[in-house]
Amino acid sequence: MRIAISDDALALACGADAVAKAMAQAAPDADIIRVSSWGMHWLEPLVEVDGVGYGPATVDDVAAILDGSSSLNIGRIPDHPFIAKQQRLTFARAGITQPLDLEDYQATDGWLGLAKARELGPDAIIETVTESGLRGRGGAGFPAGIKWKTVADTKGPKKYIVCNADEGDSGTFADRMLMEGDPYCLIEGMAIAGLAVGADKGYIYVRSEYPHAIAKLNAAIQASADIVAPFDIEVRVGAGAYVCGEETSLLESLEGKRGEVRAKPPLPALEGLFGKPTVVNNVLTLAAVPYILANGAKAYADYGMGRSRGTMPIQLAGNLKYGGLFETAFGITLGELVNDIGGGTQSGRPVKAVQVGGPLGAYHPPGDFHLPFDYEAFTAADGLIGHGGIVVFDETADMLSQAHFAMEFCAAESCGKCTPCRLGSVRGMEVLDRIKAGGRAAADPVEILPQMHNAPKQGRSIDDELSLISDLCETMKFGSLCALGGFTPYPVMSAIEHWPEDFGARADMVKENL
Amino acid sequence: MDKTANLEAIVAAHSGREGPLLPILNDIQGAFGCVDEDAKRYLAGALNLSRAEVHGVVSFYHDYKSKPAKLPVLKLCRAEACQARGCDALAADIAAAAKGKCEIETVYCLGLCSVGPNAMIEQTVHARLDGPTLTKLIEAL
Ligand SMILES: Cc1cc2nc3c(=O)[nH]c(=O)nc-3n(C[C@H](O)[C@H](O)[C@H](O)COP(=O)(O)O)c2cc1C
Ligand code: SF4
Ligand code: FES
Repeated sequence: MRIAISDDALALACGADAVAKAMAQAAPDADIIRVSSWGMHWLEPLVEVDGVGYGPATVDDVAAILDGSSSLNIGRIPDHPFIAKQQRLTFARAGITQPLDLEDYQATDGWLGLAKARELGPDAIIETVTESGLRGRGGAGFPAGIKWKTVADTKGPKKYIVCNADEGDSGTFADRMLMEGDPYCLIEGMAIAGLAVGADKGYIYVRSEYPHAIAKLNAAIQASADIVAPFDIEVRVGAGAYVCGEETSLLESLEGKRGEVRAKPPLPALEGLFGKPTVVNNVLTLAAVPYILANGAKAYADYGMGRSRGTMPIQLAGNLKYGGLFETAFGITLGELVNDIGGGTQSGRPVKAVQVGGPLGAYHPPGDFHLPFDYEAFTAADGLIGHGGIVVFDETADMLSQAHFAMEFCAAESCGKCTPCRLGSVRGMEVLDRIKAGGRAAADPVEILPQMHNAPKQGRSIDDELSLISDLCETMKFGSLCALGGFTPYPVMSAIEHWPEDFGARADMVKENL
Repeated sequence: MDKTANLEAIVAAHSGREGPLLPILNDIQGAFGCVDEDAKRYLAGALNLSRAEVHGVVSFYHDYKSKPAKLPVLKLCRAEACQARGCDALAADIAAAAKGKCEIETVYCLGLCSVGPNAMIEQTVHARLDGPTLTKLIEAL
């Protein structure tokens, strides 16, 4: 009997270790292995017995699972609609292989991309990645091939590959799942990037909140060192700063400095880590590369729509019935993701808002459910897909509180380098606090001072406050150095625009002020 | 081992690295539960930096504390996906139980956003929390 249980951090948090232990006691002759997670998170801990899945399992279910009578039976896992509907290229091994087992990796087409890359040489590797249409999965969506070419064309004795594994966005966990579940895939992608641009050193910058991923990566790097040599990889652990996910802040942090964002130019591709040409790519960008090399640019580019080619590991989170990892070609609509795949809210109440793209992404009302998951389509709708996280809120959400939280988060995580972000976020919280209190009847004692020429001399209505905050958001959007200050207006303004009633505002007044 | 010897050992362990300050600070935080004035003074000397530079780095990152925690630390996720699953009410529910048992810290996302509310106690993660389950975990501390 072969029993597979995930040892991914999410499965562990749901109690997978206790279930595995009880299984071992109840079935001493069974072959119990720990695999990566399928990504059907509502079913974790998911126990697979000779191909059949049972979940979410507790210790009390063990006996019934072993004799096949358990009502948790979901049938053969690959046939489950949530899995069968996906197009898994980057997450092809999810749920199937043991993360650190080199034989499993090899048996599932591991290292084929690297072998092909060694055959092709730098120019052809870069051409393949460019033709695949692969764009950065960290947020900005910049074409990976063009970035690599810039680094390859820059002369220098020392270059670096830096993998951005800071994954700070709420609602995202694909980087974590890949690092924990398929670390060799990331290592292979980095080694290919190294070959392409002429770098022999790679760093993976992982956030400190991911101890399980850090342990898996370190073990995997050690076990595969000979395979990727002379390329050498080192894991670096962050220290709890969201802004260190911004690539130049990350480089400062790697150099041992405060994570303050650098002004661009120079681009990191030209002057990056320690001033050397550096590729900075997200985990998912690098992990998509082995498939592209092994199967050719066209195989990847055949998926997707418009300028968004290939697949995106979409993360379904928040108040959803069926949350988890859903990798699919670009083009699926937001409504399909929330209702058909995600099964609507877990609470059973109607969906009120969906935040797409992390804390800097806009809140979308159900009226946006027709939007296809595509970089350009979301930009056109004043939103962004970012790192592919989708967070669903039911009707109990108060959008004024969510807008306030966006400002609060920006204030807490601002690197402090530029004023619109450092001060604007705090002022934004204050304005929203006043809106919550229903506006202000009397004038502010500071504002009535004679030297405050431009300040109003009487109290402010909610409409005055709303025009103030749209002004502030405008300033943050165009005056900030990086997207932390620059994109915080997205969640704030989308909340005001779509749910003016939560701000005590008349809808027509909001439209005028926007 | 006395404190200075311990600091020396940590710095020596990272001597071959490029940009070693963060790995060193992470180890110091791990070993002592804080990065205090003594540690900063020692590092400035050992790495040939000014104390202001070291302080600037230490004070930038949320993970580095000036004093060790007196009680076990419970990191409760308060980011959007956990908000959508009720972490704000949970925080209020456990406030009384936590008194004298643990220090509650806020984190923004543990990467378990589909099964929240979530928390991390030391290095173990816990998901699908509600008032009673988290209170039980706190009482077991
Ligand atoms: C505040 C902020 C936080 C960011 N956090 C991350 C992150 O956690 N992971 C990531 O890959 N990119 C993050 N980015 C985007 C990076 O700056 C950068 O665009 C990305 O690492 C480039 O890799 P890619 O082209 O493969 O996406 C962040 C950007 C900003 C402004
Ligand atoms: S926008 Fe904020 S985080 Fe970005 S550089 Fe300016 S102060 Fe730093
Ligand atoms: S938002 Fe709480 S774990 Fe991600």
